[in-house]
Amino acid sequence: MIRKDCAIVELAENRKNKGKNIYKSALLMLSCFVLVFLLAVSISVGAANIHLSTVWEAVFQFDSNVQAHRIIQEIRLPRSIGACLIGACLAVSGAILQGLTRNPLAAPSIMGVTDGAALALIISLVFFPGLSMGEQSIASFIGAGVGVLIVFGIGALSKGSVSPAKLALAGIAVSSLFQAITTAIALHFDMAKNMGFWHAGGLNKVNWSGVHVLFIICIVGITAAILMSKALTILSLGEDVSKGLGQNTVMIKGIGFIITLFLTGAAVSIAGPIGFIGLVVPHITRFLVGSDYRWVIPFSAVFGAILLVMSDAAARMVNAPFETPVGAITAIIGVPFFLYLARGQGRRV
Amino acid sequence: MTTKKDLAKKCIWIISILVFLLLLLFFVSLNMGLVKIAPNAVLQTLIGNGTERDKLVLLEFRLPRMVLAVMIGAGLAFSGSILQAVSKNELADPGIIGINAGAGFAVVLFLFIIQGSMSALAAINLWLLPLFSFLGAVLAAALIYMLAWKKGINPIRLVLVGIGINSGFAAAITIMQLKMNPQDFMKAAVWISGDIWGASWNFVLVILPWMLLLCIYALYKSHTLNQLSLGDQVAIGLGVHVERERLKVLFTAVALAGLCVSAGGGISFLGLVAPHIARKIMGPKHQYVLPVSALIGSFLLLLADTIGQNILAPTQISVGIVVAIISAPYFIYLLMKTN
Repeated sequence: MIRKDCAIVELAENRKNKGKNIYKSALLMLSCFVLVFLLAVSISVGAANIHLSTVWEAVFQFDSNVQAHRIIQEIRLPRSIGACLIGACLAVSGAILQGLTRNPLAAPSIMGVTDGAALALIISLVFFPGLSMGEQSIASFIGAGVGVLIVFGIGALSKGSVSPAKLALAGIAVSSLFQAITTAIALHFDMAKNMGFWHAGGLNKVNWSGVHVLFIICIVGITAAILMSKALTILSLGEDVSKGLGQNTVMIKGIGFIITLFLTGAAVSIAGPIGFIGLVVPHITRFLVGSDYRWVIPFSAVFGAILLVMSDAAARMVNAPFETPVGAITAIIGVPFFLYLARGQGRRV
Repeated sequence: MTTKKDLAKKCIWIISILVFLLLLLFFVSLNMGLVKIAPNAVLQTLIGNGTERDKLVLLEFRLPRMVLAVMIGAGLAFSGSILQAVSKNELADPGIIGINAGAGFAVVLFLFIIQGSMSALAAINLWLLPLFSFLGAVLAAALIYMLAWKKGINPIRLVLVGIGINSGFAAAITIMQLKMNPQDFMKAAVWISGDIWGASWNFVLVILPWMLLLCIYALYKSHTLNQLSLGDQVAIGLGVHVERERLKVLFTAVALAGLCVSAGGGISFLGLVAPHIARKIMGPKHQYVLPVSALIGSFLLLLADTIGQNILAPTQISVGIVVAIISAPYFIYLLMKTN
């Protein structure tokens, strides 16, 4: 019966939404154009300003004798593309987390992911010094996973309902515990400087091989997210609704968390902790395109990419020639937003 | 049914035990450190017969540091107790709700302005530093209160807004730190994680009077705290001028947190854990909770400092880290228990 009702409602909505869908597609195209333009701009600004036309030439008519071309090909291009991919990863995982938990404050940076990754990274650096870049990434993946599992475990095992505030507090407690252990290990083994660089969160270590890994994970992760987006939309209406419509909520949640883990793990292991993108972007997206996750996921990816590319450009320009940690820039953008959400606590996602 | 007299008796007992434990720890802690000094030598030095080296280590380095640790522990415990009573929220703590971050921001700003190295603070700066820290704490508290205000204060909203303010100040500190020279950068980084630095008798003398004043005032207000913790409606019914009284005690808590940050950096969770243990032992009355929690806070902080100085020697782990490792699991436990 419910299924039939839903089908009718969906049909009616489909008819109504036809016009809206065109509008959304156009908006998505437009955002992609904006992203490409911003990419070009972000490649051209930096310690040495390079003209936009040179950027064009460097990409399409590469000449290894021109220094500007080499700068672009070897440093700026991977960095900017990396920023794009990382922004997309973080934003999509934020969107999935918020949909799964129906918690407006859910975001990878608040959920113990980054500090879990940091702890795993320092342990691997200190106790298994011979690890390659790839193996270190795997270590931070595992750490990120453990962090999330603990935070959600606390949520699941605690008395009463899992409120957004409770999850946020659990995230803070787990994060500060991990952070403390990380700092202690780092100080004792004289690794504080290495960790300091990592903790500042920056895109300056992104190189082509990192971009390749990111690209694959990004494509796989986001495709999987889009495939499950319909189920996610229904789950975001409430667990009862989802169960009533015959969905296997446990499986959807499990798949969702695994996707999130992959996306954030990849982002964190390459760029360090970058907060608030996963929190802010899904909200902006839902504000613009509504709460249908078939649209929310791709839009979040594009908007996340735009936000991080812009933040990275800002991080390079604010205090030139020195770099400001991009995490600080995203925090400055994200904090007012977080405060706004905290004030309106209790609103539906 | 425990009567008032029984409770007072119990309180005296508990306080005596805690004081004894604190003294014991104090004495043990005097022996330990980078330079080991035998108990006998410690005694000799304290009555004035020690060697020059022992005198220097004990009287100029170790003792002021430990006295500061005891003071900070007590101050944070007072601050946490008051915040928890006023916000009616068991999870309130000056570190978690962002007051420490505000004070820390002000201190880093101050260090940035004077551009001096952190170790060699001139006398005037020694006075200005707590003042800055205090102003920062007040600024943060005012921001949190204003942003969390929406036809009254909801405890959950207060904590969430505090978390946001906390990360905002943290980001601002990071940006400012980067403009400092490398040496100050490292010092500021260690200090933010909670470190009793610049421990000297002068600094103790600067902090002590304020600390005493505020703590005595808080004790004097403990009856008001009892009434406020019952909820606004009840407090109004009991004839309390709620808004005014709340502002007074909040101000005390914020000022204490500011002082503690100027001396010990961002130490989180201590202001949460100490009052909790105290309430578990003494029940909800603040005339008993406040002194007991202060002693527990002092004990924990001194213990954490001793552990941090010795466990991975010669590496010194800052006290804030040790406190976090000890207290965060307790916080998680509380979180899981509360509804």
